[in-house]
Amino acid sequence: MNYTNSVKIALSALKRNKFRAFLTMLGIIIGVASVIVMLAIGQGSKKSIQDQMSGMGTNLIFAMPGAEQKGGVRMGNSDAKNLKLTDIEAIERNCPAISDVSPEVRSSGQAVVGNQNWPTTIYGVNTKYFNIRKYTIGSGRGFSESEIQSYAKVCLVGQTIVENLFGKTDPIGQTIRYKNIPLLIIGVLGEKGENGMGQDQDDLIMAPYTTVQKRILAITHIQSIAASAASEELNDAAITQITESLRSSHKLKAGEEDDFQVRSQAEMVQMFSSISDIMTALLGAISGISLLVGGIGIMNIMYVSVTERTREIGLRLSVGGRGNDILMQFLIESILLSVFGGVIGISLGILATQITASIMSWPVVISVFSVVMAFLVCSAIGIFFGWYPARKAAGLNPIDALRYE
Amino acid sequence: MKRTIIEVRDLKKVFHVGEITVHALKGINLEIKEGEFVAIMGTSGSGKSTMLNVLGCLDKPTSGSYHLDGISMGELSKNELAGLRNSKLGFVFQSYNLLSRTSALENVELPLFYNSKVRPKERRERAEAALEAVGLTDRMHHMPNQLSGGQQQRVAIARSLVNDPVVILADEATGNLDTRTSYEIMALLQDLNSKGKTIVFVTHEPDIAKFMTRQVVFRDGHIIREEYVTERNNAIELLKSLPVEELV
Repeated sequence: MNYTNSVKIALSALKRNKFRAFLTMLGIIIGVASVIVMLAIGQGSKKSIQDQMSGMGTNLIFAMPGAEQKGGVRMGNSDAKNLKLTDIEAIERNCPAISDVSPEVRSSGQAVVGNQNWPTTIYGVNTKYFNIRKYTIGSGRGFSESEIQSYAKVCLVGQTIVENLFGKTDPIGQTIRYKNIPLLIIGVLGEKGENGMGQDQDDLIMAPYTTVQKRILAITHIQSIAASAASEELNDAAITQITESLRSSHKLKAGEEDDFQVRSQAEMVQMFSSISDIMTALLGAISGISLLVGGIGIMNIMYVSVTERTREIGLRLSVGGRGNDILMQFLIESILLSVFGGVIGISLGILATQITASIMSWPVVISVFSVVMAFLVCSAIGIFFGWYPARKAAGLNPIDALRYE
Repeated sequence: MKRTIIEVRDLKKVFHVGEITVHALKGINLEIKEGEFVAIMGTSGSGKSTMLNVLGCLDKPTSGSYHLDGISMGELSKNELAGLRNSKLGFVFQSYNLLSRTSALENVELPLFYNSKVRPKERRERAEAALEAVGLTDRMHHMPNQLSGGQQQRVAIARSLVNDPVVILADEATGNLDTRTSYEIMALLQDLNSKGKTIVFVTHEPDIAKFMTRQVVFRDGHIIREEYVTERNNAIELLKSLPVEELV
């Protein structure tokens, strides 16, 4: 008995019951298609998070004040005032892996132009900040070192501010009032869109940090430090250097806890990737269950089919079919069912993914891995769930099978 | 001296059904030579079906020997028995046992699928030749449900012929057919027999047994009578004597 004959026999047996074969395959088709779609959506969202995060700069590093201890009492992070401008100077001196570093001070409030107002955040930064956060200057100019030195009342605004407060008119040269401080708009930031968490990155005003510190917040400390590593490979070195520099300028002894936190964008990307990995795994598991149910459907039908075709099996045995031939026939039937179902399911899944992508405008990524895996799982299901009914068929006694009513 | 196709010596078969022991065959001796057309007769429970199962290599005897075409089946494994059925035997059943929704031609091809030496082209040619031999050349691509009972049994006979067996085993092959169709089937079998085919035909109908060359009668696991048929019926002549039915 050769395999070509086994396949031919199995194929003609399936052809005799086309509709039932289709119904049996339907479980696998739906299972495979949903696995493909779910994985595509999961991986798509992971990729889009990664893309957007790296759009913010993958070599971005933040330092924020951390838990401060005063006589054994831990203070809240937000009130900590332990980051100073001297820390920035120290970082510039001590950290060769850092290319740019900027202080960051923030304030939230209403920005007013004429009779319009809009709630937004003002960022006080230095000239290098644009480079660090990958902001571009769309029109106008950035502020200069001398403007920083002189607490100049100048600022740049994001696109969202322009849309909400100026409409069609050119904002450059106009004055915007923020907490009653009039600021001259000298430039407009290039559009950046939303970040990975859905925050509008264009809804902000940027001003020299000195201006925000002295004129708006009336503070001398800084709220956080933004820096960028000279290259992505130097990320880890940069984190270590910043940590060392801050520890020494804060005069922390060995064994003392850091009174600041250093976070890198790469870490954030990793964190969000792992969240969407979990989501992908969940979606995959749910659709995997439907694939399993499809497999059980195949087993069920094959089992019924063996009983229903007992006389056929008896006949095949009587004309010289061996137990193994019968086993192969039923096994190949179930493998064909699941593999055909798998191929149809994969095509359907890819189609459904494209439709989802175009209608819902969700990001999707169909990986070769998920297609290959779906296919292998299908074949495995065919063998696994076909085996038991096929064994049953092969073990039939020809005399009993021939007389079966 | 003609070749011995079937040689059975002191064959016994015992079944254990629960705690009851059934002696289905109690020491059978039988010899069938090439070209014979043997009727195996007996009432139900006489052991004739068990005998056919053993002759058909579907069942193994409890004791005794059985040689088919010189091969002793006692030492053969399950797979070797299947091979023997494939190469040496042809079965014809009472209920035809054709595969539904499968053309006559494909039904006839079936035994050759289990013979890996036969190429697809040869398989087709042999199946066509077998259908021609039973007079169904024009029905090759019909499905069983498009054929009459007699035609279905002819397909089954073609299937039993296709592997060129040393013996055809027929089990009540006319049991489901009316008299005229039965005679037509018997005419076909007599024709095959006259061309040299050895046939063993199990039946309980004495008038059917009259078409054969020898009758072996079973009762309670023994052969109680064994005789050559002296006044053998000719199916073709009997068909002529039947009242002509109107064709619809």
